[in-house]
Amino acid sequence: MTRALALCALVAALLTGTAMAAPSPADLEAQLVCPVCGTTLDQSDAPVAQRMKQIVRERLAAGASEAQIKAELVDQFGPGVLAEPPKSGFDLLAWLVPLGVLVAGAVGVGLIAWGWSRRRGDGGADDAPAALDAELERRVDAELRRFEP
Amino acid sequence: MTGKVQRVGQVIAIAGVATLLGLLVWKVAFDNEQGAADKLAKGELVHAPAFSLDRLDRDGTLSLADLRGKPLVVNFWASWCGPCKDEAPVLQQTYERYRKQGLVVLGVDVKDFREDARRFMRRYGITYPVVYDGKGSTIGRWGIQGYPETFFVDRTGKLVGERIAGAVDIERNREAFERGVALALGDQS
Repeated sequence: MTRALALCALVAALLTGTAMAAPSPADLEAQLVCPVCGTTLDQSDAPVAQRMKQIVRERLAAGASEAQIKAELVDQFGPGVLAEPPKSGFDLLAWLVPLGVLVAGAVGVGLIAWGWSRRRGDGGADDAPAALDAELERRVDAELRRFEP
Repeated sequence: MTGKVQRVGQVIAIAGVATLLGLLVWKVAFDNEQGAADKLAKGELVHAPAFSLDRLDRDGTLSLADLRGKPLVVNFWASWCGPCKDEAPVLQQTYERYRKQGLVVLGVDVKDFREDARRFMRRYGITYPVVYDGKGSTIGRWGIQGYPETFFVDRTGKLVGERIAGAVDIERNREAFERGVALALGDQS
């Protein structure tokens, strides 16, 4: 029991440590855009991108958080330096609109599929052979009897 | 009911496609605003696009309107740009040489770190006014395509001469630079 508790505590400590670990320079470089060439820093060798990478490393080494570094770069270059738009204010629309379109599309596809399945069900009843009237049935029986040996 | 749902779906799909097509047409037809540099290259009469930006050489802001009536050499640069280092002494010398005639060299530091830019100014002894445009708000209206680029503005606020792409102190650009300064000062010779 004691061992199990110790193991749980160790796992919890590891998970917490992982969650609170500072981001690596590579993580941040993938989230920031070179203001001159428009690609993320990890994809760019432009002089300004190289300078930004250097700044990111220096600030991380100085203990700055990811949010602080991003805020400092936005202050210098504007929000366009972020690869992902912020999840607040007007920029929130950039996240909500695609999600809304996705949901609307899913609902639309569902409605169309529902409509098709209903029509097919109705169509099945319509396609059932109509009953022959008595005169026609008598004639068919007579014709069939001619082929009997 | 099923037919109605299908019709609504079709209408929505057609409306979506029509909207996207409309946006494409609008983009192609109307969103082709040219920068001042392109108009200047075509020989059109162009007024220097206005801006108001924070200064790097001192506190406060500086707008182009504040310099109305003065001939200007407007230089777009960044501290990380190699050719900008080559031309910095030439721009400073030009400022010192023509300052008494009213000429102002105005530096616009674009997409740069403020501290890097200030260090650059100290290193090259720049004393002319420099404004900071970290977000690059001037790029589109001026038609900037690279760094450095230099423009000349006469006393009436019109762009004169030709846009100089690249450092001003290279053989290819030297004559155009001197002509641009002369035109800004009002020397038609």
